[in-house]
Amino acid sequence: MTTVDDLKRRVAELLAAYPPESTPRQDFLDARFDAGLAWIHFPEGLGGLNAPRSLQSVVDKELAAAGAPDNDKRRIGIGLGMAAPTILAFGTPEQHQRFLRPLWTEREVWCQLFSEPGAGSDLAALGTRAVRDGDDWVVTGQKVWTSGAHKSQWAILVTRTDPDVPKHRGMTYFLCDMTAPGVEVRPLRQITGEAEFNEVFLSEVRIPDAHRLGAVGEGWKVAQTTLMNERVAIGGTEFPRDGGMVGVVTEVWRERPELRTSELHDRLLKLWVEGESLRLVSSRLRQQLAAGAPGPEGSAVKVAFSELNQAASGLEIELLGDEGLRYDDWTMRRPDGVNFLGREAGYRYLRAKGNSIEGGTSEVLRNIIAERVLGLPSEPRIDKDVAWKDLPR
Amino acid sequence: MSDLLYSEVEEDLRASVRDLFKDRAEPAALIARTETAEPYDLKLWRTLAADLGAAGLAVPEALGGHGASAREVAVVMEELGRSVAPVPYLGSAVLATSALLATDTAQAEMTERLGKLAAGTLIGALAVPLSTAPGAEFPSTVTAAADGTLSGQVRSVVDASVAELLVVPAVGPDGPGLYTVDTASAGVTVTEAVSLDLTRRIADVTLENVAAKRVADSSTAASALDTALVTAAGLLASEQLGIAEWALTETVRYLKERYQFGRQVGSFQSLKHRLANLYTDLVNARATARYAADCLASGDDIAIAVAVAQARNSPIAVHAAEEAIQLHGGIGMTWEHPAHLYLKRAKSDEIALGTPGRHRAALAPLIDLPA
Repeated sequence: MTTVDDLKRRVAELLAAYPPESTPRQDFLDARFDAGLAWIHFPEGLGGLNAPRSLQSVVDKELAAAGAPDNDKRRIGIGLGMAAPTILAFGTPEQHQRFLRPLWTEREVWCQLFSEPGAGSDLAALGTRAVRDGDDWVVTGQKVWTSGAHKSQWAILVTRTDPDVPKHRGMTYFLCDMTAPGVEVRPLRQITGEAEFNEVFLSEVRIPDAHRLGAVGEGWKVAQTTLMNERVAIGGTEFPRDGGMVGVVTEVWRERPELRTSELHDRLLKLWVEGESLRLVSSRLRQQLAAGAPGPEGSAVKVAFSELNQAASGLEIELLGDEGLRYDDWTMRRPDGVNFLGREAGYRYLRAKGNSIEGGTSEVLRNIIAERVLGLPSEPRIDKDVAWKDLPR
Repeated sequence: MSDLLYSEVEEDLRASVRDLFKDRAEPAALIARTETAEPYDLKLWRTLAADLGAAGLAVPEALGGHGASAREVAVVMEELGRSVAPVPYLGSAVLATSALLATDTAQAEMTERLGKLAAGTLIGALAVPLSTAPGAEFPSTVTAAADGTLSGQVRSVVDASVAELLVVPAVGPDGPGLYTVDTASAGVTVTEAVSLDLTRRIADVTLENVAAKRVADSSTAASALDTALVTAAGLLASEQLGIAEWALTETVRYLKERYQFGRQVGSFQSLKHRLANLYTDLVNARATARYAADCLASGDDIAIAVAVAQARNSPIAVHAAEEAIQLHGGIGMTWEHPAHLYLKRAKSDEIALGTPGRHRAALAPLIDLPA
């Protein structure tokens, strides 16, 4: 059993061997991974120590205090939050060795090839085809809403390998080399004017069978692990009181007394209360998790979070009045990462519209709450026993 | 960091209180009782207060209580919200008891009084209108004469019609004071009003030259009164959570049972989404109520925690009760179905101890958001 002292000793040893001030960043990240201090709940030899995840903060704090470099969680968020846990759960020992170290040390950036133009909320309807050809699979299709595809070396990819069985059964999961011939990435411009996301066209891309994750036909099960980790990541974010989108508006309120009206005041206070309430919900959620009894509240947090962001960013524009009529810049650009609070009020307002769509629409999440938490009858599944190829589309 | 979960002890307490209300406060009996001469169930009160010890939870052991805290009282309040049991818990165990606990408890007779309140053998009430918000101006409708007798009127006092002891804020020649009055004393008239809330009544109290004992003078009266109001407002958020929880649970249950158009009503997506929204509200109500209870117990961040919990939970409870009525359809509109008891409680609670708007206004200076 790893103890706090144990971890502190290991951190001290790492820092002694690789002093942050004189060690190149990449070397330090490599050394940290090899010392098992990358993600301590991972197995030994794969950047971890088989230690309780709750102790990770001990390592992070010690290293931060020593001024050690860290990987950029925003740049490699999809790799860390979605690809890594799935590779760990379903990967072969060879895949573990090949992929996890460069993923964590930021040598390789990952993206996610899940959604398609014809498969959004109904992800299991996806139609990107993978056909076996010797030791390879040949993949053809179109993916969409891929953030960071233009900067990624690898992707987690779900494909259709058997169109003759019902949709959930005929899928297979792959690790796809984004530099392979046949992968074409095009920016997908959003209502904000910029392109955070991409469309990815796959034309006869060859993927070796060694890069299949999980069994043939088990792709849905593997994808569920990825999506579960995505929801944990969304619901578990910690934010301070008076922070987030509400914090942006309160700052304007404090700095610009000339903009205040009594009607906006009460609405702002309402949103502040909702933000504080959501902070407490999310804090309670983490306490439940730490106590070993994770609650089903994550979906509710996500729904509430997107509504709050939308309401607060809308209020900011109203508060700004005349300035709210202007937008900073419609020029098509490629932002570095996702930042809901970035740029100016108009951007925040428009970007927040995506919050209730990305990572599960609020409507689908409400179905999930109603069915899985409240036990209400499921929506009729008319496509359950129909071969994928026979589904209306 | 505040503990927002329930401890095992708290869960045990909840189980006992819930069992008691399940046995002794079932909906049909509650509805029948509302139109009798005894709208309060004082036998149930004695079991709750004395046998389960719920009235003395936050009273120190040295004063005859159980030495627990607001966290445990909050659990009882949740169950009260869930059952709308007709007992004078808010008036006696919360308002009157908190007010006296905030005075000098070493003074004569106080140990005995608090001991009896804690044991549930004495029922108290705090003589302020139930709508009084924390931070309100000290009430001046009752005056104390030079001889210490009280005269005046206080409207809408919660649980006063069954109270034996009134804690009365009054203004005398030396300024504000808190006084205790036995309701049996000459010159006390308590007239029960026709209350919107059928299971928790308000009454108008008239005092005419009534003998009283001053328990807090001008140096402490206002702060003792405010402590009582803040404590009660914070705990009321837990009752509101209980109301919302009842409304959601019952509505989900009914919509699974009820068939129309050849299918379970709960299978219609528009209704499922409304229930999912109630669930989201409930998750929020629980977090703010637990935080307020924990802050009242620890003494940290009380003002913000209570204002947030009240501003958030009041409308949630009202909305949940309103949705329960609508989603039950016709049956929800009948006198026979208990949903109306919860709507009446929720709407009264929204006004009680400060409306959501007042709590938001109180919050503004605390969080540096001036008008």
